Amino acid sequence: MAMATATTATATATNGVRVELRGIVKRFGTVQVLNGVDLTFEPGRVVGLLGENGAGKSTLMKILSGYEQPSEGMLAVHGRSVRFAGPRAAEAEGIVLIHQEFNLAEDLTVAQNIFLGHELRRGWWLDDVGMRKIARSVLDAVGLRKVDPDTRVRELIVAERQLVEIAKALSRHARVLIMDEPTATLTPGETGRLFELVARMKAEGATIVFISHKLDEVERITDEVVVMRDGRLVAQQPTASLTRAQMANLMVGRELADLYPPRSTVPTDAPVLLSVQGMSVPGWAHDVSFEVRAGEVFGFAGLVGSGRTELFEGLLGLRERSAQRVTVAGTPGLPGSPREAANLGLTYLSEDRKGRGLHVRFGLRENLTLMALRRHAQPWLKPSSEAAALAQAVREFGIRCGALDVPASSLSGGNQQKLALAKVLHPAPRVVVLDEPTRGVDIGAKREIYALIRRLADEGRAVVVISSELMELIGLCHRVAVMRGGRMQATLEAAQLTEQELIAHATGTH
Amino acid sequence: MQPEHIDPPAMPAAPAVAARRALRLPAVGAMLGLVLLCIAGTLLNSQFATADNALNVLTRTAFIGIIAVGMCFVIISGGIDLSVGSMAALIAGVTILLMNKLVPLGWSPVVVVVLGMSAAVLLGAVFGLAHGLLITRGRIEPFIVTLGTLGIFRAYLTYFADGGAIALDNGLADTYGPVYYGSLLGIPVPVWVFALVAIAGAVLLNRTAFGRYVQAIGSNEQVARYAAVDVDRIKVLTYTLLGACVGVATLLYVPRLGSASPTTGLLWELEAIAAVIVGGTALRGGAGSIAGTVIGAVLLSVISNILNLTNIISVYLNAAVQGFVIIAVAFMQRRRP
Repeated sequence: MAMATATTATATATNGVRVELRGIVKRFGTVQVLNGVDLTFEPGRVVGLLGENGAGKSTLMKILSGYEQPSEGMLAVHGRSVRFAGPRAAEAEGIVLIHQEFNLAEDLTVAQNIFLGHELRRGWWLDDVGMRKIARSVLDAVGLRKVDPDTRVRELIVAERQLVEIAKALSRHARVLIMDEPTATLTPGETGRLFELVARMKAEGATIVFISHKLDEVERITDEVVVMRDGRLVAQQPTASLTRAQMANLMVGRELADLYPPRSTVPTDAPVLLSVQGMSVPGWAHDVSFEVRAGEVFGFAGLVGSGRTELFEGLLGLRERSAQRVTVAGTPGLPGSPREAANLGLTYLSEDRKGRGLHVRFGLRENLTLMALRRHAQPWLKPSSEAAALAQAVREFGIRCGALDVPASSLSGGNQQKLALAKVLHPAPRVVVLDEPTRGVDIGAKREIYALIRRLADEGRAVVVISSELMELIGLCHRVAVMRGGRMQATLEAAQLTEQELIAHATGTH
Repeated sequence: MQPEHIDPPAMPAAPAVAARRALRLPAVGAMLGLVLLCIAGTLLNSQFATADNALNVLTRTAFIGIIAVGMCFVIISGGIDLSVGSMAALIAGVTILLMNKLVPLGWSPVVVVVLGMSAAVLLGAVFGLAHGLLITRGRIEPFIVTLGTLGIFRAYLTYFADGGAIALDNGLADTYGPVYYGSLLGIPVPVWVFALVAIAGAVLLNRTAFGRYVQAIGSNEQVARYAAVDVDRIKVLTYTLLGACVGVATLLYVPRLGSASPTTGLLWELEAIAAVIVGGTALRGGAGSIAGTVIGAVLLSVISNILNLTNIISVYLNAAVQGFVIIAVAFMQRRRP
């Protein structure tokens, strides 16, 4: 069975394909995210694609796989110019993208998901037996030997879903496989099996594009490294010729240390503004306790799915939860809703800017004042008071916008994020929880947000930062808690903070 | 006045934006339609463009218009209420029964009528509150809750009326009559009430925190919840407000016929929802306007008035025309961001 498996999974990749991107430009409205990218992928190679969030990696890969169309420039497969109307057209050429966010229908089975949109037919009827058989073989190929093809995706854990996505790509005869952060949710053992699969596909002539922030993995499996910054290609070099530090500096474009303002020390007698004791969120977090003092930046590290976001959603009353004792700014009591939390002096910036952070169709003014609207209503809303607040926020947070009466959707990602920050700070909270505060923003906006976070702490607030970017936590925080599988593994002081240390605790390999 | 609809990324030259923004103002389409209809009506029948006919149309609009103002809040918040016609019928029946019961007590007819009118508003608010609680606390889709009460309300009216009609006590008719038939400064009372409700609604929607929260919830409920908006309370309030509006519309309607029957308020839900949608409020919620809703309600009445005055389309097809209008408007709205 194992032999047959390997053949089915990889036989399709035997003839590799040479893909070229020429002068790719992509604009979203007035924002140009790709500024003319030329790049060639040779068959039989593993390419690491590096870059900070917002560097344009994802957009470039979406263009390569047909999810987006370039504003200018062209794609060529085997020297033949192609234009992909959609992902199916790219799949027909063997180019498959595995999304960072999963594209699985939770209520369908694993086999149904693998064949979604490409169902095998026998006459008028679906060939369930055939599909189940192929699903079995691709699942074996990605190491999911224990997962039955008839299991509903809903019942799988996050890591298994990630591997189902890869199995799905295999079944689509991928000759160019693009994987966006595939190991973010995998254990070291699962990662090892994935890398074996990558090596096998490479031997068969397939091209693998590996997007990852984990530079040790990039060093381990890639043949060459492509680095992007601000929508441009800044380097394409053999992996062996670069150290990890050189890769990191190429990504950021300057020495990392410059990005973060210096840490001020937290007085030992500073009051505790947020105290959480024995907090549990069923299915996500177990018995978590921590304290944050005024003036302190407290980080939360952990893999995707480690329960960090869910812990704080529980604290805000957005999820079922329990706690022995919670004190916010001196007042004991577990808030029952975000409104109660805001009244106690605790606000939360969601990691999901479009889905939970901002009303993108609303104007800037309406977004800014929503959390503290009572301040502008006595009882009638005063547009002049709201406009004054917006003008002040635009100055204070450095929000760059053409006019003040535009909808939030017309701002760039970085400026939307600054608006979202201004919004959660508008009620003047004593404690702020910032979940992925720099997700999807460019390096310039990042630097400004870091300075803002530092200022918030220096003004005497307690700041909690949840982040998947380890460098960010290391550069910003006084202390970092590491979560794994819903439990707090360790709390590290600033002096102990290194990437290796954080990853070791987050993956349980300490 | 409203958060305008604008395509998110594309921002061409400023004049084009201004022009498009003007065209996208929610009420402009309905206003244009209304003007065209009035021109058509004038050309088709000489009686159309008279003050009497205009006041007649506005008076008939008042019931649906007042309900549509409340419906506007519910739809902007992302909800729907299909029960308003049945609710109006049940409120009318219960109010009449209550007033008839009070007559033998020998109180002044004015007191009885005032009590009856208060009961109508209160009853509407209670029904709306029940809807709101079932939808928020019970976590049931608004469509299902109000589809259920649509049946329940009308069945209870039919039961109370024993399949026939519930008639208002003759002694009260003279006292109650002016609420529908009376005029103030030459303008019928229902039109005054309609105007007041519409103005209050517009102020509530655009100049209060409540109105902003309603729009925020309809635009994206999750964002509103994370922004410390008390989503459930605001939703319950919108349904309660709509119920009270139904009560007000009903108290104006009762003296018109002086009775309630199983056909009272039939298809009012269609007309009220159509008025809101024709007025440029998106059915998926988030943004809308009271001015547009008022224009939408008037537009629908003008259509039915023209059908009455001319023989082009049978007046029996009135609801069909309204149905076509709502589908056509929704079709034109479908591509908006």
